[in-house]
Amino acid sequence: MSSSMPAIVSVKASRRIILRHSVLVRVTHWINALCFFFLLMSGLQIFNAHPALYWGNKSNFSKPFLALTARGDSDGSVVGGVTTIFGKSFTTTGVLGASRDENNQLVERGFPGWITIPSYQDLATGRRWHFFFAWLLALNGLLYVVNLLAGRHFRDFLPSGRELRSIPASIWAHARLRFPKGDEALHYNVLQKLAYLSVIIAFPILVLAGLTMSPAIDAAFPWLVSLFGGRQSARAIHFILAWGLVGFVIVHVVMVLISGVVNNLISMITGRYAIEEERHEA
Amino acid sequence: MKREAALSRRQMLAGVALGGAALGLAGCDRLSNTPAALSILDSVENLTRRVQRALLAPRDALAPEYSPADISKTFKPNGSTDPDDPDYVKARDEKFVNWKLGVGGLIDNPMQLSLADIRNLPSRTQITRHDCVEGWSCIGKWKGALLGPILSKAGLKPSARYIAFYCADTLEQTLDGTGQYYETIDLVDAFHPQTILAYEMNDEPLPVAHGAPLRLRVERQLGYKMAKYVMRIEAIESFSNISRGNGGFWEDRGYEWYAGI
Repeated sequence: MSSSMPAIVSVKASRRIILRHSVLVRVTHWINALCFFFLLMSGLQIFNAHPALYWGNKSNFSKPFLALTARGDSDGSVVGGVTTIFGKSFTTTGVLGASRDENNQLVERGFPGWITIPSYQDLATGRRWHFFFAWLLALNGLLYVVNLLAGRHFRDFLPSGRELRSIPASIWAHARLRFPKGDEALHYNVLQKLAYLSVIIAFPILVLAGLTMSPAIDAAFPWLVSLFGGRQSARAIHFILAWGLVGFVIVHVVMVLISGVVNNLISMITGRYAIEEERHEA
Repeated sequence: MKREAALSRRQMLAGVALGGAALGLAGCDRLSNTPAALSILDSVENLTRRVQRALLAPRDALAPEYSPADISKTFKPNGSTDPDDPDYVKARDEKFVNWKLGVGGLIDNPMQLSLADIRNLPSRTQITRHDCVEGWSCIGKWKGALLGPILSKAGLKPSARYIAFYCADTLEQTLDGTGQYYETIDLVDAFHPQTILAYEMNDEPLPVAHGAPLRLRVERQLGYKMAKYVMRIEAIESFSNISRGNGGFWEDRGYEWYAGI
């Protein structure tokens, strides 16, 4: 299927239906969403085993650039959570560093139970969830990328020079919740292109950074360790990119909701996307 | 009117999403305690091992080594750091002069090696990165006897498939003795040129906190594979009848036997 010129399925007076997403894109999209959900939450479980980040190859335990710790009182019970970033400390009791467990007891914990899999502290099980969905994500992503390159669909995400110059105008249009209609809606707008392009680039880097934490992979491909500036840097990049993708998902879901949620969801399920024709009275 | 409908639809969707997420998370906890579900999750461990071993071809690809300047000032000891098992305390107090490493199992020549014997064996010195399953890393310099030549000298019987390391430390108090630390590795890692029984760390005799008198280094796997306080090594055909049968102390507590990632 040619992606640059979607097939028009039907035309009614004020709108036409196009085939926007191929079966492969729709299936890989939802598998990817599922994997990301499980990987994020099991990943935070793994992070909780040592909730601190370092740069370089080794952990300088006295100087993490990010650390989630608990504050205790004199008899050793946890009274607060502290997040330290580049030496600056913030009280984050209840969410980061210390949060309530199933018995409503404040306990030392990097990320709280409601955002980890399993909800209780269990590194071994978190790793099992993580590696299962990591394989699924990698194979699914490979399928998507092969299709992207083979079908030359990556052109759908490459903005032209004219589009890049129109970024401010596009931001202004988005801010006023004016979304493209008519022929303009046949392809992604420049902000969509840039957002999706960064995700397509971020996922492989995230996977590579994850693999660089593996001592066996580092023996096989020592250049990976150098590429990321060390094993602990790779761990930090893995963490930061994961949260970057959380940011994308939030914006993505908000945009899906406000730019015609039903039409958007149907297009990612059946492939059919309705385009409203431009009205000229405005 | 139209806007109201859109809002309620949105609210409904959000509700469904939130409810689904909550159900899903409770489900994850339940699945995490369901053996059948765990075995599905575990199915990728063999896949990981096979792929990583294929990538490590030639099989003796070395773990990265570092320079003396990279050595960690503080190397975090983990697991047991001062075993109080009586036999160990006695050997430690005697500075390990009467201590001997037992070498047995499926071999032709059982041996008892003193620390002096081990120091006279072919050795290797390496500055490597120790990656803990918890996520942190430390870099240390290790000197020790190569495991491969010891096993060759012992003469492995054809049925030997794994090497088991029995340790002095009890990491968890249990009634049936399954809290004793032990580990197993296969012959690929046992004969790897960086696999050593280390007796020196950072040019000093191995400290008690790091496993004195002898600890295993398996540089292409995570820290929990690198058994400390090694007392006896055995060539075995299978680890299913050792302790709880999963090939190691942490493996018996849910961690992967293959710890390459």
